[in-house]
Amino acid sequence: MLYFEDFSEGRRFDYKPVEMKPTEMIAFASEFDQQPMHLDEEAGKRSILGGLAASGWHTSALGMRMMLDAFMGNSTSQGSPGIDFMDWRKPVMSGDILTGFSLVLEARRSNSKPDLGIVRFRNEVTNQAGEPVAVSECSVLFRCREKGKA
Amino acid sequence: MMTMEEFYAARLKTTIGSLVFTAEDIIRFAREFDPQPFHLDAEAARHSLFGGLCASGWHTCAGWMQCFVRFWKNEQRRLAAEGLRAPNLGPSPGFRDLKWLKPVYAGDTVTYSVTFLESRTLTSKPGWRINTILCEGENQHGEAVIRFESKVIEFV
Repeated sequence: MLYFEDFSEGRRFDYKPVEMKPTEMIAFASEFDQQPMHLDEEAGKRSILGGLAASGWHTSALGMRMMLDAFMGNSTSQGSPGIDFMDWRKPVMSGDILTGFSLVLEARRSNSKPDLGIVRFRNEVTNQAGEPVAVSECSVLFRCREKGKA
Repeated sequence: MMTMEEFYAARLKTTIGSLVFTAEDIIRFAREFDPQPFHLDAEAARHSLFGGLCASGWHTCAGWMQCFVRFWKNEQRRLAAEGLRAPNLGPSPGFRDLKWLKPVYAGDTVTYSVTFLESRTLTSKPGWRINTILCEGENQHGEAVIRFESKVIEFV
């Protein structure tokens, strides 16, 4: 189990590869992002994305899943207050194999809650060509192994 | 064809729709994308910081998109009926300053809005503009639960 104290600056967690299946891309888009390029290959080809492409929100949600499977699922995570930025740098296409990593940028104890710490991560999701497709920085709260003096 | 900037007065907030977050939907979304105990199980959630079953922040985000797409299709129809063409929007290159301000609990209704902030041309891409929009959501008690600034490409 990973506690706040385990997230030292510079520690990196690598994601397991995930394949973008068209059925899953279309299912997500049908519920949350019904734009033609997220629903249909031909419509995608006519758009600037160049083919059936995942909703950025789908890629982001999958990035969350990759973080959980890589390390956060076995941690004292207490959720996130937000995302500093998310850049959808390249379209995520049907059949892409996504992987990537989370890197600890900074870790500090909470000023107000002695049993919590805040860890800032840089998260990069990349495709099979090694190109970053979704790059973000976010903060996550973790419970501490030892209570601080906050 | 009107541009987003001509079409929407800056700083004017427009409600785009609501989404009810049922426990069933919260758990279904979390199983696929965010299987943390406080998004999956009411009892486990009681022992977390949140104090109760609550939606993945990404679910709250996706709810904004769902409402925006529906709103935008209605706008296109409304303008077409007046003989006008809606701004031609493309994909988004991303967002920033996203804050999950309060948990969205099972049974909550989130009402989403959009506020046009600014538009600029892209020297590198003639005919493209980048619009910045403020995206927000509040619960049935009028409390803000999410806010972020999104970028949207527009073809002119």
